[in-house]
Amino acid sequence: MSTFYFIAFLSVFFAILVISARNPVHSILYLILTFFTFTIHYILLNAQFLAVVNFIVYMGAILVLFLYTLMLMNLNKESEPVKSTIVKIAAVFGGGCLLVTVVASLKTLGTSNPVVLQNPNLGLVKNLGKVLFNEFLLPFEVSSLLLLSAMVGAVLLATKDKQPKTT
Amino acid sequence: MEATEIIIKCILIVVIFAISLVVAMYSTYAERKIAAFFQDRVGPNRAGPFGMLQPLADGAKMFLKEEIIPANASGLLFIVGPSLAILTACIASAVIPWGQQLTIGSTVIDLQVTDINVGILYIFGVVSLGVYGIMIGGWASNNKYSLLGAIRAASQNISYEISMGLSIIALLLVTGTLSLREIAEQQHGFHWNVFYQPLGFLIFLVCAFAETNRTPFDLPECETELVGGYHTEYSSMKLGFYLFAEYINMFISSAVMATLYFGGYNFPFMDDLGLSQNWITIIGVVVLFAKIFAFIFFFMWIRWTIPRFRYDQLMNMGWKVLIPLAIANIVISGVVNNFLNNA
Repeated sequence: MSTFYFIAFLSVFFAILVISARNPVHSILYLILTFFTFTIHYILLNAQFLAVVNFIVYMGAILVLFLYTLMLMNLNKESEPVKSTIVKIAAVFGGGCLLVTVVASLKTLGTSNPVVLQNPNLGLVKNLGKVLFNEFLLPFEVSSLLLLSAMVGAVLLATKDKQPKTT
Repeated sequence: MEATEIIIKCILIVVIFAISLVVAMYSTYAERKIAAFFQDRVGPNRAGPFGMLQPLADGAKMFLKEEIIPANASGLLFIVGPSLAILTACIASAVIPWGQQLTIGSTVIDLQVTDINVGILYIFGVVSLGVYGIMIGGWASNNKYSLLGAIRAASQNISYEISMGLSIIALLLVTGTLSLREIAEQQHGFHWNVFYQPLGFLIFLVCAFAETNRTPFDLPECETELVGGYHTEYSSMKLGFYLFAEYINMFISSAVMATLYFGGYNFPFMDDLGLSQNWITIIGVVVLFAKIFAFIFFFMWIRWTIPRFRYDQLMNMGWKVLIPLAIANIVISGVVNNFLNNA
């Protein structure tokens, strides 16, 4: 249990550093560390597959792309875009709304009945695969459709500018 | 029992670590000798007989050179970059099975540091982390050429990781397990996976070249365009770490390819020799290293034969050739597998 509290402390600590760092690239590096602590959390929960997928997909791919984009934009203190007061107020308001919603939903959540989670080895690849493809097949496939549509949408947006030239 | 096990694991870790470093060290020597052979030169021949002490001399030189940190570099990250590069290179060897069991007295020693049941994904994860060393180092140098090298490394690694993952999926359809130990055991004798997954192996091989930044995919350090690429600003042992990490990566990816596709420590007729288990294990380790050295030679052979890709060719190859091929490979493997299992 003390391991959990230590790792949880690290998660929160790095998460605070993400938003308090002045340099965007440093922010991303702290975010990578935060995700790394999440991986450790998954391992502590005996969810090996989730841990390693979090490691590969979030740390190894998505955050590399984040870092890539930030390096291309080359943001620093001098070129930092100055945001207007209205935007700042709107951001604070939006963040507050999100906080209220999250707290409210957590309160109404109550104690769920984790039927499936009673198996302690659920996180192992074999068991997870069986559960996903037997009990949750439809949501699993629907979520893949969602990802596909997002991908098609991104490609469409990226090629939009070229269309006037060809016609 | 518990204490002896921990001691055995510690010894194993130290031995594997030492072997990786020595192999990486002598890979630099082999690289120069092979380059010399391909270009009809002599190669290093001054330090010791046949120049055998050249890597040691190089190492001493690296340590003794002046350490320069550019004034505009961001201090800590400039040091973190090469450290991360060598760290990710070294930790990948933890899940590779180097041989079968050795029995000494009553203790059975598995020649593998740890057999986690997501071994292949662990390797994949460590490989995907490898790019951070280059990216952080390139960015922290505060140099345009370094930054361009870092950006190239990132986009190249991400592009080729996808086809690498897809080729592994096809392999998993055949093997049905994620544990490297089980994958190695399934290829007992001469049932090597390369015969069942020839296309998958080819894709994996090309991606391994790209992930280790070896020619023809060494655009991140393309000296004709980018001075020295991501390590332009580096000197002394920090440069040494980057160069060393490349050779360790080459060793590890050779070991992974040998284990996944070429039977690992298995060799033909291993049951017909009539030798005891320990001898089979020792021969198996030797065979595995022979395969690894063959792959390292192949890496070098390609490097001194094929020129570097142009950047758009690299991207086209990754996204328009390898990914469709890998997906086709998955479909074919799935159909054939299903057909064979039902027949």
